[in-house]
Amino acid sequence: MTDRQVVLITGTRKGIGRHLAEHYLQKGCIVEGCSRGDLDLGDSNYTHHHVDVSDEKQVRTMISSINKRHGRLDVVMNNAAIASMNHVLLTPAASANRMFEVNVTGTMLVCRDAAKVMMRRRYGRIVNFTTIVAPIALAGEAVYAASKSAVVTLTRILAFELGQWGITCNSFGATPIMTDMIKGVPKEKVDAVVNNLAIKRLGTYEDCANVCDFFISPASDNITGQVIYLGGIT
Amino acid sequence: MSDIDHATALSVVTTALQELLTQNGDEVPEPLDASVVLVGKGAVIDSLGVVSLIVEIEQLLETKHDVSVTLANDRAMSERNSPFRTVGVLADHVMSLIALDQAKAV
Repeated sequence: MTDRQVVLITGTRKGIGRHLAEHYLQKGCIVEGCSRGDLDLGDSNYTHHHVDVSDEKQVRTMISSINKRHGRLDVVMNNAAIASMNHVLLTPAASANRMFEVNVTGTMLVCRDAAKVMMRRRYGRIVNFTTIVAPIALAGEAVYAASKSAVVTLTRILAFELGQWGITCNSFGATPIMTDMIKGVPKEKVDAVVNNLAIKRLGTYEDCANVCDFFISPASDNITGQVIYLGGIT
Repeated sequence: MSDIDHATALSVVTTALQELLTQNGDEVPEPLDASVVLVGKGAVIDSLGVVSLIVEIEQLLETKHDVSVTLANDRAMSERNSPFRTVGVLADHVMSLIALDQAKAV
């Protein structure tokens, strides 16, 4: 078994997930990442898995591979998600179902199989990514926001279901960051969101890493079932 | 192809149960055999103990025998007679899931 912390981050191909992968590699962790596409970070401490997180078998194979190679899994960050920004009147059922499959079922599957490895060592840190568009009820994001609200509820209950094995579960909602996911959102809409924040600026990757560092710290063993939103949103 | 026979499955279940009971500071029944009750009247563990036991068995099968099965699948949870009710029944359940997986793989 490795004596280094093993961190699994989903959705590492770009954006927040990729930044977090690089952040934890710099901190000396072994990082396992996944996405539906390729990623080569050029670091022997990073392993990439081709996984659709909504596919039960693929998730199981990935976690099993991590367990066999490292004998432990300390941290999971469920960052992988899809969004389809549409007025509800223009949202097809297939699009809504797919968002729930990836954002909710995918998060649940990774939490479930990771927790099975974590509980043997009676230690684990799970961070599930949500969004501020749920608490601010942003028009045009009804289904995406609903799926992320489900992630918050899932996380709060997992905190109680897994707490006895030393596993904490928290969620984190960033303010808008210029990732591919929001590149298609009109600038006026992004500006309107930012102008309603307590801290009137876009989020940064460093903001995300800061919250994740707090949640996964060994000292945060009594911090669970919580959700932290950036920018003053509650 | 899995190398697990019924005696091995039984041994995996008893090993996992012994580990769990010892970890919890509970008494290990003597003898620890197929007749030990896991669910209902006379059970040696509570419902959360069953959850821990199932996970421990899955992990032992995977790490020691390279066998990947999900013991608490939809079929198991809906069966009238729980496949987790005794050590022996649970070992049978492990064997039937492995056989099912192997049949699917052919």
